[in-house]
Amino acid sequence: MKQNTFVLKSSPHFRDKDSVSKIMYTVVLSLIPAVIASVYFFRLKAVLIYITCVATCLATEAVFLKVRKKDLRSLWDGSAIITGMLLAMTLPPSLSLDLVIIGSVMAIALGKQVFGGLGYNVFNPALVGRAFLQLAFPVAMTTWIPPVTLNVNTATFATPLGNLKFQSSLTQGALIPLKDLFWGNVGGCLGETSAAALLLGALFLLFRRVIDWRIPAGVISSLILFTGAFWLAQPDSYASPLFHVLAGGLIIGAFFMATDMVTSPINPLGTWIYALGIGVLVGLIRLFGGFPEGVMFSILFMNTFVPLINRYTRPRILGERRGAS
Amino acid sequence: MPPKKSLGAEYLKGLWDENPVFRQLLGMCPTLAVTNAVINGFAMGLATAFVLILSSLVVSSIKKLIPSQVRIATYIVIIASFVTIADRFLAAFFPPISKALGPYVPLIVVNCIILGRQEAFSSKNSIGRSLVDALGMSTGFILALLVLSSIRELLGAGTFLSYQVLGSWFKPWIIMILPAGAFITLGVLLGLAILIETKTKTRSS
Repeated sequence: MKQNTFVLKSSPHFRDKDSVSKIMYTVVLSLIPAVIASVYFFRLKAVLIYITCVATCLATEAVFLKVRKKDLRSLWDGSAIITGMLLAMTLPPSLSLDLVIIGSVMAIALGKQVFGGLGYNVFNPALVGRAFLQLAFPVAMTTWIPPVTLNVNTATFATPLGNLKFQSSLTQGALIPLKDLFWGNVGGCLGETSAAALLLGALFLLFRRVIDWRIPAGVISSLILFTGAFWLAQPDSYASPLFHVLAGGLIIGAFFMATDMVTSPINPLGTWIYALGIGVLVGLIRLFGGFPEGVMFSILFMNTFVPLINRYTRPRILGERRGAS
Repeated sequence: MPPKKSLGAEYLKGLWDENPVFRQLLGMCPTLAVTNAVINGFAMGLATAFVLILSSLVVSSIKKLIPSQVRIATYIVIIASFVTIADRFLAAFFPPISKALGPYVPLIVVNCIILGRQEAFSSKNSIGRSLVDALGMSTGFILALLVLSSIRELLGAGTFLSYQVLGSWFKPWIIMILPAGAFITLGVLLGLAILIETKTKTRSS
């Protein structure tokens, strides 16, 4: 059958070797350094929160797949595990485990499955879970403990951004040294303390081209421009842009949450709009809002605009006239 | 003109088949805004029922006198009169509830359920039939508000009609008494309503 070399086949003609689960487990792998760092800083509390989050997310996902009569094998595509890990990283280490369970159930149920499962969700599931907890249990979600490594004997502790927001001036030791911020020797959520460990994982993801470099680049540069402008004008009353980049959830948000493939725009121009929006919103909330930290709300807020951004940044089809759509 | 239903069916359709909240998605503003506690939801339901029933009676009795060009304006004047009575009554006899409901009592004027029933039903049907229809719609609305507010008060404060129901182990989900909780609860309930509807439809066919 030598003459049968002319093959007729419908598109797609080129297939990538990537699959959903391969990408998901790459992300899981990239989170390992940050997990290790948070366990080092918060010990057993961190371990328990990670286990509870991932187990509850998997269980919720399994229940939904069962009820919706879907293939149970997609439980192991890794997406529920990532949601669990990312949610755990956004929780304060002192949070009691029953609240952790509620948050994980909400993340999968309200964040993902009510929309129809992976690929259909409008919002980042882990952040939906965290937003629910933040609004449902505001006190528990803003009670921080110092990392074990810091050797301070206090029951509660302020995060670097909390310090910045609620202290009257920068001179009263409100600014945590950048070195501690970078290595993670500060109070905060499990995954937002160590910028170094997060960046290690993020570099891996960028290298494997799992995440779009434009998103972290856009978020970080617009936050630097925004906070930098105020810092240059009044260095006494505003923190430096570098502090803002390293403090709080910005690194984990910019590299691991805003880059969620399902909830970020498709093409480059849209991606820039989305990323710049997040950065400016984070700056606005941190400098002028009621909360000390705004990464979660900024990402969720820009998530809502993704369908609209995609619609307006759709590339023209060859030959299509401008404004004819 | 579809065949006339029996009076019983006319009443029952408001409870489920044409439930104003779960099936028609009308009256969303009070549904979302005042269901943070059972007592508020119930008071709002009763006030709306009062206005709806009396407006339906009046509109159906004078339907032949209303010129069709100004019918909506006429309905609104009638509705607004009863809303004013309800508002003043609450303020005089139940000041705490009146305060809790705030602007939402005067806003009953623009509740789509009431205007919708006048336009769709009372202006075309007899007085008796309109009364039954208004009673059914009111019951459906009150039931919907009760379900919504029970869930929200129970989860948001651990109480029912301000009595502590859930033990001290329960940590109140403050989000449930915030607006976000209203949207989440309503969304879940609407999903359930559609689920029940499809399940019963497939079973009967």
